[in-house]
Amino acid sequence: MACSATAKIIHNPLMLSSSRSAEKYESCCKISGPTSLLGSKFLGKKLLSAKSAISPASRRSGAVVAVSSDVVKEKKLKSSSSAASNLLITKEEGLVLYEDMYLGRAFEDMCAQMYYRGKMFGFVHLYNGQEAVSTGFIKLLKQEDCVVSTYRDHVHSLSKGVPARQVMSELFGKTTGCCRGQGGSMHMFSKEHNVLGGFAFIGEGIPVATGAAFTSKYKREVLKENCDEVTLAFFGDGTCNNGQFFECLNMASLWKLPIVFVVENNLWAIGMSHLRSTSDPQIWKKGPAFGMPGVHVDGMDVLKVREVAQEAIGRARRGEGPTLVECETYRFRGHSLADPDELRDPAEKAHYATRDPITALKKYLFENNLANEAELKAIDKKIDEIIEDSVEFADASPVPARNQLLENVFADPRGFGIGPDGKYRCEDPKFTEGTAQV
Amino acid sequence: MLGILRQRVAAKFNYALNFEQGIGSVALRAFSSSANKMTVRDAINSALDEEMSADPKVFMMGEEVGEYQGAYKITKGLLDKYGPQRVVDTPITEAGFTGIGVGAAYHGLRPVVEFMTFNFSMQAIDHIINSAAKSNYMSSGQISVPIVFRGPNGAASGVGAQHSQCFAAWFGSCPGLKVLVPYSAEDARGLLKAAIRDPDPVVFLENELLYGESFPVSAETLDSSFCVPIGKAKIEREGKDVTIVAYSKMVGFSLQAADILAKEGINAEVINLRSIRPLDRSTINTSVRKTNRIVTVEEGFPQHGVGAEICATVVEDSFEYLDAPVERIAGADVPTPYAANIERMAFPQVEDIVRAAKRACYRSR
Repeated sequence: MACSATAKIIHNPLMLSSSRSAEKYESCCKISGPTSLLGSKFLGKKLLSAKSAISPASRRSGAVVAVSSDVVKEKKLKSSSSAASNLLITKEEGLVLYEDMYLGRAFEDMCAQMYYRGKMFGFVHLYNGQEAVSTGFIKLLKQEDCVVSTYRDHVHSLSKGVPARQVMSELFGKTTGCCRGQGGSMHMFSKEHNVLGGFAFIGEGIPVATGAAFTSKYKREVLKENCDEVTLAFFGDGTCNNGQFFECLNMASLWKLPIVFVVENNLWAIGMSHLRSTSDPQIWKKGPAFGMPGVHVDGMDVLKVREVAQEAIGRARRGEGPTLVECETYRFRGHSLADPDELRDPAEKAHYATRDPITALKKYLFENNLANEAELKAIDKKIDEIIEDSVEFADASPVPARNQLLENVFADPRGFGIGPDGKYRCEDPKFTEGTAQV
Repeated sequence: MLGILRQRVAAKFNYALNFEQGIGSVALRAFSSSANKMTVRDAINSALDEEMSADPKVFMMGEEVGEYQGAYKITKGLLDKYGPQRVVDTPITEAGFTGIGVGAAYHGLRPVVEFMTFNFSMQAIDHIINSAAKSNYMSSGQISVPIVFRGPNGAASGVGAQHSQCFAAWFGSCPGLKVLVPYSAEDARGLLKAAIRDPDPVVFLENELLYGESFPVSAETLDSSFCVPIGKAKIEREGKDVTIVAYSKMVGFSLQAADILAKEGINAEVINLRSIRPLDRSTINTSVRKTNRIVTVEEGFPQHGVGAEICATVVEDSFEYLDAPVERIAGADVPTPYAANIERMAFPQVEDIVRAAKRACYRSR
């Protein structure tokens, strides 16, 4: 399936090894980024090992099936000559995207502030810089579609619709949080918005997402319900070396499950560079090996991500099976707030700072007359107020009561067993007061 | 009146079995005039069959559960009856398919995941503990995980160190899981049905050597709504001199030991735990307070084992009632050897239980 002759190729991935996205995307870049010179000079030395390892011959083999339609390809070619006359988004869509990305950014910045003030604690992993991936994908989903993420899950939850107040309260460990303070930063769950976690172990979310997709297919084919739910699994470059990832690529493709595997390749797994840990750093290639299309996209450009996402999600909804999408992106902050972030080259960070997805979208909106300064400033203000409000709300919320310690271990609380008086422990009135001995 | 209704249903059930399942049920019918006997294998198979037909959300997943009819023939006939979408043969990917099962449970289905043996569950233990057991807590009740992990646990015969470990203690220490250890056919049927209906993750530890053993079953057991409550131990044999607590295969050995002890004038009470988590501390302590002596028997490794937990619970709750130290019998503290004679030494045998019970009794006589 993946190796069919009808494959259409959007970007030539052959140029991938020579430098990061910047130079090769110039020709099909709607949102202009920095010149390639800057890109290759500083990154060249880091990528030397990758360059030598990948010979032209091996790059050509194995079809890259890109899933965007001809229309998109046309648009991309057109735009190289002039500003695109056929815009990819309407004004409303543009503002929605902008608002969502700014919400993610502002929220994470506030998290950092709160952490250093001691209101938040433990492990907090921030998403600054990667907003294009979350917004580009999740804003295309319906409420019934599922999102499964890693520990870097605040923005995925926000994009999916979990109110900022609930996420902030959860981070503060208050009882008004989305998990009533029992989950924390790394374990955001929301049944209402179908956010199925929030997992601390990398690779753990991938089989769970595959299971949710399995449920979707089962509902359609065995229970005969009208179900076209799609699941998105978000994970990083480090996870792509993990066994569970490959097991799920195999089974998702084998059973044609409605899932999109979204790799947020930010080049670093804590302090381990992707190139130091991976034999073949081109992750999209792992898709065709298992019989599904592997697509590579510039993850700092929300419009490109949205195009690819539209195709991939559409494929899944139509029952054509899974897709592996590798988004090249970058995190502006360290792995977590406790990470001193000493191993990354400051020049690399500076390079990506100039490719900030929010600035890029802003520029696109201005250049194409989709919005003006005032409108965007209004959105900024609105979001800032939402964030402020969420902090105040979280601050004012109560901490969990004592009895909450024993709650929710089991859906059926008789799982706590039989007490010394011969009755079920959960029937003991002291159980809910938090004073029972278990 | 309910009793009569149940009997009627049971009779109907026997007819249904007859038409649909062939030879096995004919044998059952042949015995129906006297006490019914059922192997543990048939008990599990019938429980799965009934639960799958009652609820279309229940499905099975595992290696060789479909076309091979089950590695130990437990899921025989289910593929033909329910089709490949409800009896799913998986590739050899424990971590992957266990996670898929957990994800499916998150989103509303009720999977029954089979491990060929629980030794292989170690490849999937991340999902059993971290994404199944802890999820209801982490999501504060939003996401419950109605999944059952089942398969043979403990020693078989001559299968070597990597296929013989008993995992009751490991799973039993994790909050959020329910861990069940059936012994007889009645236990297997009732507990598996209860497990599948339970909204929480359940680890169902069977025993390969018990699969072929036949046990008498009452008509009530054959009823399709028969369930055994989770968390309640069963007193297999009443006694007054010493309490022997065991689970799974060791219950059989304990009953044999109790017979031998009876001939020597020691009246042993045998408790079949049925459930490791939640542990029925109430029944154990009540029994100890009656007999004042206790012997725990398990197949697993001794350190941090089930017996250790029972000893702790008895000392905490019934210390003044003990007339002798708690006797703990467990497997030898070594990986299981292959050679038959030393393998026999690595696991408790009936003589060991008898000796320990006598030790518990003679201490203060």
